[in-house]
Amino acid sequence: MPAFPKKLLWVLLALAFLVPLLHPLFPDVVSGYRLFLVSTMIIAAIAVLGLNLLTGFNGQISLGHGAFYAVGAYTAAVLMDHLNMPYWATLPCAAVVCFIVGYLFGLPALRLEGHYLALATFALALAVPQILKYRWLEGLTGGVQGIVLNKPEVPFGLPLSEDQWLYYYCLIVMVVLYWAAANMLDSRSGRAMMAIRDQYMAADTMGIDTALYKTVTFGISAAYTGIAGALSASAIAFVAPDSFTIFLSIKFLIGLVVGGVGSLAGSVVGGIFYVLVDNSAQALSLFVKNDLGLQFDLSAYTVFGILLIVLMYLMPMGIVGGVYLLMRRLRALRG
Amino acid sequence: MEQFLQQIASGLANGAIYACVALALVMIYVSTDHINFAQGEMAMFSTYISWQLMTWGLSFWVAFILAVVFSFVLGVIIERAILRPLHNAPVLSIVVVFIGLLAICNSVAGAIWSYLIKEFPSPFPKSSFGIAGVIGPHQLGVVMVTLIVLGLLFIFFRYTPLGLAMRAAAQNPQMARLVGVRVDWMLALGWGLAAAVGAVAGIMVAHIVYLDPNMMGGILLYAFASALVGGIGNPGGAVVGGFIVGVLENMVAYAGNQIEKATGIYIIGNGEKLTVALIIVITVLTVKPAGLFGRVVVKRV
Repeated sequence: MPAFPKKLLWVLLALAFLVPLLHPLFPDVVSGYRLFLVSTMIIAAIAVLGLNLLTGFNGQISLGHGAFYAVGAYTAAVLMDHLNMPYWATLPCAAVVCFIVGYLFGLPALRLEGHYLALATFALALAVPQILKYRWLEGLTGGVQGIVLNKPEVPFGLPLSEDQWLYYYCLIVMVVLYWAAANMLDSRSGRAMMAIRDQYMAADTMGIDTALYKTVTFGISAAYTGIAGALSASAIAFVAPDSFTIFLSIKFLIGLVVGGVGSLAGSVVGGIFYVLVDNSAQALSLFVKNDLGLQFDLSAYTVFGILLIVLMYLMPMGIVGGVYLLMRRLRALRG
Repeated sequence: MEQFLQQIASGLANGAIYACVALALVMIYVSTDHINFAQGEMAMFSTYISWQLMTWGLSFWVAFILAVVFSFVLGVIIERAILRPLHNAPVLSIVVVFIGLLAICNSVAGAIWSYLIKEFPSPFPKSSFGIAGVIGPHQLGVVMVTLIVLGLLFIFFRYTPLGLAMRAAAQNPQMARLVGVRVDWMLALGWGLAAAVGAVAGIMVAHIVYLDPNMMGGILLYAFASALVGGIGNPGGAVVGGFIVGVLENMVAYAGNQIEKATGIYIIGNGEKLTVALIIVITVLTVKPAGLFGRVVVKRV
């Protein structure tokens, strides 16, 4: 897939940094709640980015990235709750812990291919809430009740509201992680990752240490998703086992498929998309009931499920891939 | 000792359920190489259908048969309409479609029947059924019903021409096509049968775990473990695996309880059932991917 046009990327980035400053001009449009929503979109984008590194660029299917998200969130929450660590210091810790967990899970995953890997990660995703409730961990994790945290405070006396600061905080983390991922993929290691995805045997024959690359990619991918989890823990200021069910992993999959498998920019689109649908589920349901007159509670997951299937038929490359394809076809028509 | 026997008996009852769902998974896996992640949710949906029929006044067994027929038809339709066009699609696409099905079944059931937990009746009379102190009436009934279903399936596949054609289509599609078997329809039929067997499991287990849209999550995980223990390409193995895993699950929890009683140290209990299943899945996949009865697949490079 061609790289995202750089100029457009810079414009979007500048816009993203300027938007909260418009608050005094349009207080209703750029409200605190909206900014918070966009922050959760950014967090989702990072999580999907992590999944995309593994599934999109390395060809290892994971249906259980919610598990790494949970590990990241809990690492951050436990560090903040028990050690009083500042919220920004938990990110590298969550990244390291998730890298190790992901790397370890990647070891047995080495022997699994396609459906089997999907199966193993699916099993992981199903078991996560139970593991978090394990009695020996209760002292750390707070059991079923979870952990209540404080929201990030605005540093250096900056003239920002809490929501504005959270937005900048998430945005900066995402920009750094995106930049790192883009550079990694553009390097020798990135090409090795993709070679393993495209032709495992050939990559092996050419001297790529496939086992090393696959496990380390698993670790890096888990670290990305774990950082997203840590961010979400401080953004929502609460973690509990039952928010990390299999459906969380399904949301990441939605983001991956909608945005585009194997596209960095697509991951961001996908993350934004699933949060958007998730949050407008009630409006959707009302629309179906009042405007279409159907007595049916349309939930976000019905939309997700239908989209997953339809996209596999119409745009297997996701929305970003589909748009590229359309543009190329239009260009071909013109000239 | 009595408690120990009870644990084994209830393990066998659970195992019967796992065996059914595992068999459904294996039936689809053998013929198409797909792992149906939506198997549990499809069964859950059929269970709600039977519940709905019962609230409309039908008796348990009529509702049971209608729901099983409904899921057979639904399975055939899903195969023909959704999976047929993706026959040669990459693995990721197929996994994604199954996850999509899972999400649709779960959310539609939640939308129609709400997420409130419902009680589900048991058709087995309390007075004349079961052995006091060893196995409860419903548990014995579950084991009997599933054994009858498995027996019927065995007879169907072993002794009828249609069953033979279906086995042929699964084993060697090209050759089967050459001798005049309509392979496409055989696959759809296989899907229908798998959905029907899943529905039997769902209706039988609903009395034990209660009816709610998320009731099959844990059962599906155990069914995966059963199918893997038995060797995922082997229907008989899946059934044996189901019973093994069912008993093992209860034994682990029982042993955990005994240890806690004796030493006061909590290691494992009912709260870790899914974790046990996860450990079984990963251990089998990494140590012995062919399972107990499966054939080792040799790939030509």
